[in-house]
Amino acid sequence: MSVLIYTENEGGKLKKASFEIASYAKEIAQSLGTTLTAVTINAEDTSVLGNYGVDKVLEIKDDKLSTFNAKAYADVISQAAEKEGAKVIVVSSSADSKYLAPLMAVKLDAGYASNAVALPESTAPFKVKRMAFTNKAFNITEITTDVKIIGLSNNAFGLKETNGAAAAESFEGKAEGDFAVNVSAVDKATDKVSIADAEVVVSGGRGLKGPENWGMIEELAGVLGAATACSKPVSDMGWRPHSEHVGQTGKPVASNLYIAIGISGAIQHLAGINSSKVKVVVNSDPEAPFFKAADYGIVGDAFEVLPKLIEKLKEFKANNA
Amino acid sequence: MKILVCISHVPDTTSKINFTDSDTKFDTNGVQFVINPNDEFGLTRAMWFKEKQGASVDVVNVGGAETEPTLRKALAIGADSAIRVNAEATDGLFVAKQLAQVVKDGGYDLVIAGRESIDYNGGMVPGLLAGIIDANFVNTCIGLDIEGTTATATREIDGGKETLTTVLPLVVGGQKGLVEESDLRIPNMRGIMMARKKPLKVIDAVAATEATKSVQFEKPAPRGEVKLVSADNIDELVDLLHNEAKVI
Repeated sequence: MSVLIYTENEGGKLKKASFEIASYAKEIAQSLGTTLTAVTINAEDTSVLGNYGVDKVLEIKDDKLSTFNAKAYADVISQAAEKEGAKVIVVSSSADSKYLAPLMAVKLDAGYASNAVALPESTAPFKVKRMAFTNKAFNITEITTDVKIIGLSNNAFGLKETNGAAAAESFEGKAEGDFAVNVSAVDKATDKVSIADAEVVVSGGRGLKGPENWGMIEELAGVLGAATACSKPVSDMGWRPHSEHVGQTGKPVASNLYIAIGISGAIQHLAGINSSKVKVVVNSDPEAPFFKAADYGIVGDAFEVLPKLIEKLKEFKANNA
Repeated sequence: MKILVCISHVPDTTSKINFTDSDTKFDTNGVQFVINPNDEFGLTRAMWFKEKQGASVDVVNVGGAETEPTLRKALAIGADSAIRVNAEATDGLFVAKQLAQVVKDGGYDLVIAGRESIDYNGGMVPGLLAGIIDANFVNTCIGLDIEGTTATATREIDGGKETLTTVLPLVVGGQKGLVEESDLRIPNMRGIMMARKKPLKVIDAVAATEATKSVQFEKPAPRGEVKLVSADNIDELVDLLHNEAKVI
């Protein structure tokens, strides 16, 4: 019985979230006195996983799996889990992992706890703290099945480097039959950081007055290597795409730094971004509720503050490169 | 086409979240309950299939009698009939097993559920259901068209979206994008009157075991005061972010 993780890659390159779930799962493996096995699908260099505590990598190389297919991926990862006799499986909170985890739970008769924010409080009984009420509270969930699946919330644990080495072996999983769900087109900005993967998110609200002013948000995001996001009214008015809407009914944000420009801070918005570690707000209204939820704030007009902030951060980046 | 829309009965998005019974139960005192927003986008898309393609639309909830006003609201929006599985929704697997039985008995072609409920955020019921009944499954669905038995769905992925083609029977984990916010319908008086006469069937739960158990709730630790920086002193903010918060 080992602990098993599914380590995702992007174009062959392992994602940061994969190193985070490795770091997290390593500690679970140690507390259970066992080893950590990672499964990769069409990833290139997997040796780097050793730096994050992985003892063994099961490499799946299969052209049939070149595009993500939830059912097929759930099949082969479940087969790897069975081969390893894994009792604990950890996945990330990416769109793909959230898609396949429930399918794996059915295959493996496993209980699944999503959005975990900390290591298990105990392993017998197996209790883990997870987000609930869209970040307004936490829930301690006990997984009562023999096999357990945990979905780790992004940036909840961080990276822990070790000096280990991961032994790679190839694994042939069987994705059964023809795929019943097929990808016919992918529309993905490859030059932009996604909100899910971002360490810094720069978000704009109605205070920016119109879509034509988003150049400043994008410039600030560019300086910080950040993803751009927006409040619900901004997406509802069509100033920005829905995919940028963060909040209770939009995307959750769990970045290290969240910068809100011209967002008043409705309760639904604050819930959605609550898992971000450090929050900065710029708003002209000192009574805006966001100031009660932020760590740092500037009371001021976005159109005056933003250009200065961009300039100062450019200087900072130039001096600290 | 027979459509089943799964409806979670959840606290309104503006609710203050509190707990009772030594933090083991959600405090419903003074809380307004609504159709889970992710489910409401799906229900509204189902209305489109009903009006344009002649689909029938039933709604289902697993819960006690207190959830019936939420089901009646779904009927007032336009669903044809409602089913309430009379049991406490103790965990995702338990709920998925109940829904599986409803789908089997009703012979539904398309099941639309929200990608997650905004209370427990488990995000698993649509996927578990699809796995149990061996139907096709599209999660985080932001666009759906059906032509005969062929479905074309758009799925939100990290940093973009993708188009998927599949066939019925299909389970969808839906969210905003299935319809726009402005497409959502507020029930009118006629809808509310009609909803009172529409069937709301209460059925017993099937025997099913859970896979998880809610042990306790916790509220986030109270935050410290915000540190205000003058708009004329951006250097100070940069310094704080670098040296104090260590995030840049």
